[in-house]
Amino acid sequence: MVKKAQPDAEMLKGTMDMMILRTLVGGDAHGHTIAKIIERTSEDVLEVEQGSLYPALHRLEDRGWVSSHWGASENNRKAKFYRLTAMGRKQLVRETDRWRQMTRAIGLVMGEEAEAEGGL
Amino acid sequence: MSWLRFFRRRKSDAELQLEMDSFIAEEIAENTARGMMPEEARRRARIKMGDPQKARETLWEQNTFSAFDKGWRDLKYSARTLLRTPGFSLIAVTVMALCIGAATSLFTIVRSVLLRPMPFRDPDKLVMVYEHFRSATANQDGFNYNVVAPADYYDWRAQTHGFEDMAVMRRWRFNLSGQSGELPEVVDAQAGSWNLFPLLGVQPAYGRTFTEAEDSSGGDAVMLTWSLFQRRFGGDPTIVGKQIHLDGKPWVVVGVLPAGFTYPDAKIQVWITYRSALAPEILQYHDHHFSRVVARIRPDVSLADAISQVGAVQYRLHMQYLNNPVAEDVAPRSLTDDLARDVKKPLLVLMCAVVCMLLIGCLNVANLLVARSAARQKEVAVRSALGAQRFTLIREQLTESLLICIGGGGAGVALSFATTRWLASAWKDLPSAQSIHVDGTVLAFACGLVFLSAAMAGLLPAVSSTGKQVLAALQSSSRTAGGSRPRTALRKWLLTIEIAVTVVLLVGAGLLLKSFLRLQGTNLGCATDHVLTLSYSLPTNKYDKAEKANAFSEALVERVRALPGVRSVAVGSVLPGEGYGGDDVFTIPEHPPVKPGDDLPDALYRRADPGYFSALQIPLLSGRFFTAQDRTERGNKVIVSSQLARQYFPGENPIGKHLRPPAYGKGDYEIVGVVGDTVWQVGQPIKATMYFPLLGGSSEVGLTLAVRTAGDPLSISIPVQRQIAALDPDLPVSDVLTLEQAIGDSLGNASFSATVVLAFAVLSLVLASVGLYGVLSYLMTLRMTELGIRIALGAQREELLRLMLFDGMKPAVLGLGFGLVAGAAATKAIQSILFETKPLDPAVFVAVATSLLLVATLACLVPAWRASRLNPMQALRAE
Repeated sequence: MVKKAQPDAEMLKGTMDMMILRTLVGGDAHGHTIAKIIERTSEDVLEVEQGSLYPALHRLEDRGWVSSHWGASENNRKAKFYRLTAMGRKQLVRETDRWRQMTRAIGLVMGEEAEAEGGL
Repeated sequence: MSWLRFFRRRKSDAELQLEMDSFIAEEIAENTARGMMPEEARRRARIKMGDPQKARETLWEQNTFSAFDKGWRDLKYSARTLLRTPGFSLIAVTVMALCIGAATSLFTIVRSVLLRPMPFRDPDKLVMVYEHFRSATANQDGFNYNVVAPADYYDWRAQTHGFEDMAVMRRWRFNLSGQSGELPEVVDAQAGSWNLFPLLGVQPAYGRTFTEAEDSSGGDAVMLTWSLFQRRFGGDPTIVGKQIHLDGKPWVVVGVLPAGFTYPDAKIQVWITYRSALAPEILQYHDHHFSRVVARIRPDVSLADAISQVGAVQYRLHMQYLNNPVAEDVAPRSLTDDLARDVKKPLLVLMCAVVCMLLIGCLNVANLLVARSAARQKEVAVRSALGAQRFTLIREQLTESLLICIGGGGAGVALSFATTRWLASAWKDLPSAQSIHVDGTVLAFACGLVFLSAAMAGLLPAVSSTGKQVLAALQSSSRTAGGSRPRTALRKWLLTIEIAVTVVLLVGAGLLLKSFLRLQGTNLGCATDHVLTLSYSLPTNKYDKAEKANAFSEALVERVRALPGVRSVAVGSVLPGEGYGGDDVFTIPEHPPVKPGDDLPDALYRRADPGYFSALQIPLLSGRFFTAQDRTERGNKVIVSSQLARQYFPGENPIGKHLRPPAYGKGDYEIVGVVGDTVWQVGQPIKATMYFPLLGGSSEVGLTLAVRTAGDPLSISIPVQRQIAALDPDLPVSDVLTLEQAIGDSLGNASFSATVVLAFAVLSLVLASVGLYGVLSYLMTLRMTELGIRIALGAQREELLRLMLFDGMKPAVLGLGFGLVAGAAATKAIQSILFETKPLDPAVFVAVATSLLLVATLACLVPAWRASRLNPMQALRAE
């Protein structure tokens, strides 16, 4: 899932769903675009592995946070597009809040108080 | 939504593949756009993509409930394994079906009879109260619960307050006349005191229950039970308030009892009040025992206290009527025990037999499974070497036995639907036979049984076959005995236990059968073949004078005797073997008076017409039979049985002496004859009996006609009934049977238990021999090489036969030994239901041992003989 920075895999496992949802805020996207956006915006720190991207997408769809439809990609290829649902939007807000709390807490523990607070 | 994904696994897998294809295409396009060569672009895209299989697997797993899936996989796997050996599976399923079916049926009956509460308010607060005689002779056939005399009951109720209330009831019989052209019929009735239904907490379906005023001599209120209401009155509620005719007298229907009310048994058709059909003076008797008392326990008084109060009243009565048969004490008994009194013990015996059979069935399936697991030993070893968990392997094998048991359980429950019906109808005296049926609880029981048997049959082989000796199993060649010795030993032990349990069953069945044969072979002391019996009762308002009743009896005898094929005719109150029929005490004026406190002489009471003894071929020992002259005012004669003469006239000639039964108030009855003893109830010791002349002015209403015929007695039944109808068209008859049938009915239960237990035992024997055969055949396969070498080296065939036979017989002999010891201990439990058969009857034990050894030898002989006929070349090549 994450290769270059090698942070603890467990720690970031739950963040995958959140990042996917965040990506979809900008509009419908298919798997390839989602992966690309995550990689680009993380300045290529995070490399999305397809082996976990697609199961994650299916899981999100199953929970009703995203919906999907088949359409044509930018290059006019058949692709499955994912769209954020209202439920997914709420979930994203919840996840983001939790994430912020978490990073702040970790930051406090790690003695980066000023920086963390500044980050907020 | 979310659980649906399980069923859409395939679809989402296909979608995923398309998605990944589109990803690769996009990536290739991008790479190409970056200026890569097509080959390189494809390669990089694939690298970026990673292993597509992994994504598919992750998604598949994500869409799956793992436990469910594993279970399903086990199930499929087991089903395939079972279907690969249909013969084995069929045997195993049949075995389990028989065992589970039998157990379910029996449980159904036990539950209805012993466990289900009665349909009354707070049934556990209800208790029967009986009189209890303390003397040893009264208790020799078990603790004595004596029915209650009416005056005793009224004193109990008036003088004690330990119970909330006490009610009394007794049996009765009526001729129910046809009203609109229906035939008259004999109906069983029950007479209960007015407070009985409120005490039980039973509400009528229509109308009301009895009032206190109706519970009086000459009362004419009647309640119908639901079955009569439906059958005879078409379920029309307007019958309430109308009249019906019982014994030719009008009675007013005040209510109808609800459908579930079949107390004390389902034969009861009408209820009347306790006093209404009784002469008022009978209510004064303390020594006329014919009623049952039911009492409700008060919440604030313990049963023991309440009973001791009643006991004190009874003891006072006993002291007051010292010479009369008035009991010293009282004894309580629960309603369920009271109804199940005759069937409880046989039921429990059958339940034990069924548990034994279930055990044997499980052992058998376990044995078969051990054999299979031995054959699959290599597979199991390889799989555990490859990392299969032991638990997974055990689970898999348990699934197999579970499948067998579910198959067997399903078939067994279907079987028990049929057998329960049959059992309930074949078993006489079963209380609440109507309410016996398979229902939810029973099905739950069957399910529990299925899982229990699956665990019993599957766990042992599964655990034993998944041990840790992976290496040993892999190293050992499949056909050498070395690796499987422990498994063979396990099979032999299972077999030994199986045979031991079979022997216990066989011993039990043998004893019951012998006891039944003894019962059947009982000499009644009279002719029983070619005798037609038929009951009728002359209603007292129509036959109000002895002359009328006598005229009817004599005319009937005359007419029937004239029928072709009739050899002789008898009329009496009760025939030999037909049961108790009443007893009475008497004194002998020629003897010194009985000391106060001693029991008065007592004898069974019968009425007999002049032809009774000669028609039934009861021998005359001295004196004479009755004649037509022994009637009305000259009817104070009595004939006594040989037992009575021995018991009360030892060393005397009883002829010319007198009996003085206080109950009849007619003074002394002269003994005119002594006749041979007859058995009053098969299986019971002979009792002293006194016969009074039927024509001597009878107050008896219920009479039995016995017709001895030259040919088939039943063929004469219609002509006889026509003669009765010609004399009195309103007189219904009942119990048209041959005497053998009538007696057979009383043996029904003994024959029934013996047959069922014998069936179980034979089935177990078959199962055990199948087990023996299987183990020995398997052993032979294991030792094929060894045997081949032996033969090649010149071993004698007879020697090999002996060797194999010895090997197979060892568990049989061992099991027989254990079984005989266990059987000897177990038979103590059934001692009380055996008739003239000792629990350690040597003949039965020898027969069991012989038949078991014989069957075991036969089962072993086939594989042993095959072993001795082996072709050494084939045997060696088979390795």
